[in-house]
Amino acid sequence: MGWGPFQYNIMPESASEHAPYYDALFMTITGLLVFFTIGVVAAIVYFAAKYRRGTKADRRNVLTHHTGLELVWMGVPLILALGMFAWSAKNFMNVRTMPKDATEIFCIGKQWMWHFQHMNGVRENNELHVVVGQPVKLTMISQDVIHAMYLPEMRAQYHVVPGRYTELAFTPTKPGRYKILCAMHCGTQHSEMVGQLYVMNPTEFAEWMEKGGDKYKEKPLTITEAGQQIWKDKACFNCHTGVDNPRAPSLVGIYDKERKMSDGSVVKADREYLREAIKTPHNHLTAGWENTMPVYGNTLTELQVLQLAAYIQSLTPGSGEFNRTDVKQGFPGSDSDSSAVDIANKGASAGNAQFRTSEERR
Amino acid sequence: MSSTTIEQGTAERPKVEKNYLNADHTLKSWLLTVDHKRIGILYLISVTFFFFIGAVAAAMIRYELTSPKGILLSSEVYNKTFSAHGVYMVFQFLVVAIPAVLGNFLIPIMIGARDMAFPRLNLLSWYMFMTGGGLITLSFIMGGVDAGWTFYVPLSTLSETQISLCLVGIFITGFSSIFTAVNFVATIHKMRAPGMTWYRLPLFIWAHYATAVVVLLGTPVVAITLFLVVVERGFGFGIFSPELGGDPVLFQHLFWFYSHPAVYIMILPAFGVISELITCFSRRPIFGYRFIAYSSLAIAFLGFLVWGHHMFLSSQSAFQGIVFSLISWVLAIPSAIKIFNWTTTMYKGSVHFSTPMLYALGFMGLFLIGGLTGLHLASLDTDVHLTGTYFIVAHFHYVMVGGTILGYLGGIHFWFPKMFGRTYSEFWGRLSALIVFIGFNLTFFPQFMLGYLGMPRRYHYYYFAPEWQFYHVLSTAGSTVLGFGFLLPGIYLTYAVFKGKKAGPNPWGAKGLEWEHTASPPITENFEKPILVTDNVYDYNPEEDSKMYEKEFEDDSMLRGGQ
Repeated sequence: MGWGPFQYNIMPESASEHAPYYDALFMTITGLLVFFTIGVVAAIVYFAAKYRRGTKADRRNVLTHHTGLELVWMGVPLILALGMFAWSAKNFMNVRTMPKDATEIFCIGKQWMWHFQHMNGVRENNELHVVVGQPVKLTMISQDVIHAMYLPEMRAQYHVVPGRYTELAFTPTKPGRYKILCAMHCGTQHSEMVGQLYVMNPTEFAEWMEKGGDKYKEKPLTITEAGQQIWKDKACFNCHTGVDNPRAPSLVGIYDKERKMSDGSVVKADREYLREAIKTPHNHLTAGWENTMPVYGNTLTELQVLQLAAYIQSLTPGSGEFNRTDVKQGFPGSDSDSSAVDIANKGASAGNAQFRTSEERR
Repeated sequence: MSSTTIEQGTAERPKVEKNYLNADHTLKSWLLTVDHKRIGILYLISVTFFFFIGAVAAAMIRYELTSPKGILLSSEVYNKTFSAHGVYMVFQFLVVAIPAVLGNFLIPIMIGARDMAFPRLNLLSWYMFMTGGGLITLSFIMGGVDAGWTFYVPLSTLSETQISLCLVGIFITGFSSIFTAVNFVATIHKMRAPGMTWYRLPLFIWAHYATAVVVLLGTPVVAITLFLVVVERGFGFGIFSPELGGDPVLFQHLFWFYSHPAVYIMILPAFGVISELITCFSRRPIFGYRFIAYSSLAIAFLGFLVWGHHMFLSSQSAFQGIVFSLISWVLAIPSAIKIFNWTTTMYKGSVHFSTPMLYALGFMGLFLIGGLTGLHLASLDTDVHLTGTYFIVAHFHYVMVGGTILGYLGGIHFWFPKMFGRTYSEFWGRLSALIVFIGFNLTFFPQFMLGYLGMPRRYHYYYFAPEWQFYHVLSTAGSTVLGFGFLLPGIYLTYAVFKGKKAGPNPWGAKGLEWEHTASPPITENFEKPILVTDNVYDYNPEEDSKMYEKEFEDDSMLRGGQ
């Protein structure tokens, strides 16, 4: 919209399933605002004109209080307020309930970029490609300060906090290019922490995905494969074998199961728990084991923790990925094919695992 | 207010020509004064100074935003500029302005006391305020801070700017507020004149009482919170940073536990001023005195239960959000009560359009829009798209600038003759009120549009959405007008302090102890004789007032040789 050099628009584009519901509520509250503002301003103007000093008006019997009137103008707005509250709360719960059939995409915010990781391993920076009509769930965490993932055309926003996972769901309904913004002041280049959300038709998307997001010539590792790389590089399997043993509990099939802690509490082994157990294991000792696991808080990036957790999630008794069911009694690293010394000799660390594997493939 | 003086003995005091201003002229007599009126004037000068710094920062921001790619500043300097604007305006101006200037000057006089309960503590508050302001200024001279006035962690703990120094400054300013609040509460409880019962108190006093209670309960929390940030920065204690085992969302809870009530610390005193103005210039008793008084207390109480509505998206539980949202919606009611009662007060009144009344009417218009757009943000769902955008910027400027600053300016214009014993030019006064109102709306209304379109606040560049420039240019044009509107009173009021016409003790024909029983300017002891209050506050008679006007008008016409 606009006139000559003045280009402007009045409403943001609406491109998600929730947006029309959002706008309806927004406009209703705006309507209330206009109604009350005009009503009160009209009353002020009327009284000001009629009772202006010196006008001929009846000023006898000045009313100084009237409880009935007070109750009316407390009661009517209160009822309106409660109605609007209920409407908005219902909408909010809809938005904050994550759809079961959603495509999960991981998102990491850091100063000053957005990093996305699709489940099949395709990675994107400051760009996100999604399919029209398909619900998307972003599982987000920050590498440094608090950010806010803000998709104005989707009417979707949620904070991206360091130290915990947050979620944001939306269902795009219109193919096109939209804004990804950071809406929480995050330092010097806050206003440049912006990106594009591409909503594509399923066929287009499949093509794009086939090419690995156009950017990676090689077929990228899936997130589980990337996690498995870290698992191997860090020799997690050395202690965490297929069955519980004196060194460490087995991790096979523990995902989303309840675990007993050494302090007596019971926690669910969800992604949040796994992250903390990897980064600060001493705080999360499973009942029956000693504090022997190294701390990975400073060696693994948030992305690597996500990949590792995804791999652990994939470890199920029937998956066949984990066949070392023999009980190990010896020292860690006594297993010949990947002793700690070997790993050290290869110069491996989780930090360059990705790097190394891609080089090896070349 | 009907009241008399109590005759004491027969010894006639000498005819007083001395007043608090000319009692002594040395600098020492000002810097070591324990007279609440002089301390009020000290605050008047200091908050004007800090407002000026904040306003210069605002002007830089507005200029910078006229282009999608910035004009003058680097992003780092831009961030420091808006941080300076926020820190100065919130901590050194808005929280302080009305209570410390008008409250200090008027509370003892309005309740018939000679001074505050703790005059020396009152002076100490001013020194702490200046020390805090000095440290904040030092921190900006030494490089500035870039975390915004909210100082969200971990940004503020990781930032390498002068955050610690600035926070220590705010900490000290916070204790200045606490001391002032202690003084207000003690004064209002213990120093009222005989006959000045609670329900005879001017609503200005009720509002300041509610404010003081909020300050006492809230400010220590934010002071300690900001101090913990300093401890974390200085000693690496893990309180808020997840790196160190802390919780960043905890900071937001503690911060907003104060900073939401802080909004009421800013606006409640303005409510008090507006109640006085509307009543005086409608020349009739205020409508629903008790409801207005109680609504101040209700706002103060409920204001402590809504902090979580700043955090709907912060990863707090959605159910927590629902409770905070519900209470926030309910909190709209006491504010609505005030607006409705003020409007009804004009009914059957005798309305004068003097400068203070124009400010009061402007206040009502702006506060309506500011308050009602608060509903978009209290509502859980609509908040999702609006929080962190220019919609919020526009909303809180409507409440804080449109509310607090218009209330402050209205109050200054109303009590100016009392404070300085002189009157200012009505013409320039009315003109400035009009310019401020127009400039304000032109500045901040476009920002609602920007917010709805999705422009996040604190953005230096918006090259990815050039269509927003239209609204930014409008806003900057408005801020230029607004700047002139604020500059004008600075000029004609300063002129009036020295050259204005002498004002009598009661130039407005207003009711209240400060108008009926003190000289303009008041003497150091306020009253020549102790006061006895015998009747209700605001006993105006609109019918008589309006008739008087007709008579004045006829007299005038006859003088001019008319009919």
